[in-house]
Amino acid sequence: MRGTANERRPWTFYALAAFFVLFVLFLYGPMIVIYVLSFQGPNGGLTFPLNGVSLHWFHALIAQERTGDIAGAFRRSIGLAAMVTIFTVVFSVMAGLAFRRRFAGASMVFYMAIASLIMPGLFVSLGIGLVFQSLNMQPTWYGSALGAQLTWTLPYGLLIMFAVLGRFNRAYEEAASDLGASNWQRLLYVTLPIVLPGIIGVALFGFTLSYDEFPRTVLTAGSTNTLPLEIWAMTTNVTSPALFAVGTVTTVISFIVIAVALTSIALIQRRRARRAGKANESTTVS
Amino acid sequence: MKINQQTVSWLQVAPLTLVLVVFFGVPMLLVGAVSFFDYQRWHIVPTFILDNYVELFQSGLTLRLYLTAIKYVVIVWAVTLAIGFTVAYFLVFHVRTLTWQIGLFLICTVPFWTSNIIRMISWIPFLGRHGVFNDGLMRLGIIHQPLSFLLFSDFAVIVAYVHLNTLFMIVPIFNSMARIDRGVMEAAYDAGASRWRVISEVVLPLSKTGIALGTIFVITLVMGDFFVVKIMSGGQSATVVSALSTEISSLQYPPAAASAVVLVVIVALMVSAILRLVDVRRELTG
Repeated sequence: MRGTANERRPWTFYALAAFFVLFVLFLYGPMIVIYVLSFQGPNGGLTFPLNGVSLHWFHALIAQERTGDIAGAFRRSIGLAAMVTIFTVVFSVMAGLAFRRRFAGASMVFYMAIASLIMPGLFVSLGIGLVFQSLNMQPTWYGSALGAQLTWTLPYGLLIMFAVLGRFNRAYEEAASDLGASNWQRLLYVTLPIVLPGIIGVALFGFTLSYDEFPRTVLTAGSTNTLPLEIWAMTTNVTSPALFAVGTVTTVISFIVIAVALTSIALIQRRRARRAGKANESTTVS
Repeated sequence: MKINQQTVSWLQVAPLTLVLVVFFGVPMLLVGAVSFFDYQRWHIVPTFILDNYVELFQSGLTLRLYLTAIKYVVIVWAVTLAIGFTVAYFLVFHVRTLTWQIGLFLICTVPFWTSNIIRMISWIPFLGRHGVFNDGLMRLGIIHQPLSFLLFSDFAVIVAYVHLNTLFMIVPIFNSMARIDRGVMEAAYDAGASRWRVISEVVLPLSKTGIALGTIFVITLVMGDFFVVKIMSGGQSATVVSALSTEISSLQYPPAAASAVVLVVIVALMVSAILRLVDVRRELTG
């Protein structure tokens, strides 16, 4: 299929590789600039040069002198993201399994999920805000905002499950049934372990999309802010590197979540490859 | 007791469907209803009037807002398509080992899992009058005065959109390209086609579902955005949804709802035109 490693690469490879490097610089360059600037000295401003190096602006975040309730917003965002992750994983795995068979209404559900995915987030926010207003209910981050974010994470979860289950070899399930497994045993010991990397992927999307979501939370979080709402308020009020410090902190959290998810997927795949390798060896020996 | 397969599917898909109906379907219907309501100060008065729509269509502002939004959509679409196609082509056809392919693909994807607001803000110290870019150019002696059109301008808005949304082009185009049978390309080369002809007559037509999907994402994301325009244009430009968000913050819900309904209809028409050209559902469900 692909050329061997020794084959000479065409000039287009180098041109495209250079283009790719430029694109990666474009993606990451500005972000790296604000991480560096968040370590400004106490008298530093929003741009270079660095006026000394300090953790001053990170302390300012915790001290909450000029910024709002960052610590509280942070706790709420993590709590909300955890709830969104659990619901997204459970509901989209279930729905993904349902879509493997034909059922009446399948395409209705599918099109509603797609519509929900591409609907501007602010409109969803507006609609849910209106529903709560007309029912005389107070919007809360753990109620209305949770629902608002699920309208965005569930369609993503469903599409990922389509991709994961589309590649799933049903022969494993048939083998389990032939060996006398009940439906539950088959699901618990065969199907779910096989699609586990995909499920971790769904969890990664659920957590990060919720943790960073702004438009769907605007009118649904009620009187207390989540982190993106707090950051949004800061973009208009705060003209100090504290803004960059909060950016650095939330990006570090995102990177930790991404690293945990990707590493666990990689470990599972590697363990599988090793087992498969051993199985092959033993068959060739015997 | 044997439960009907159809019932099992319904039970599995029920939680996802319920969440989407309650937090997406019902709120959107309410937005539709409220668009015909009257309002006085902070009260919504449930009647049936067409005033909101009449005012919307009579105002010259509406057309200007749509023209600005469409200008952004067209430019951002062209740029993200060019970058997305090039990057996907490089990853699929020029990167030879699977490990490298996955690694480089993840480098493009990781920013998607971090905060959009932070990524947008990160352009401010980069593009400002005394920002990294101006400083660099001045130090190199290319310019003598800082360029002021870089930040808080259409240019800044477009840069931020491209930065945030190119991924939505790369992923679907990558998926389509990865499925292209190498044999077809080999055959074209053997028949004497040049590299460009293979790209334009083999790769491009076979990636069209990916391009269509990416186009839908970019159109809906740019049309639905409000915070990038607000911050990056420095308040100098407005699009349909950014004007709508101003109406929401002054509690003018009925006219905001009417404006939302019109935008959804227009975006739905654009999406269905794309779906008419390309069968995207096959791509999604595998």
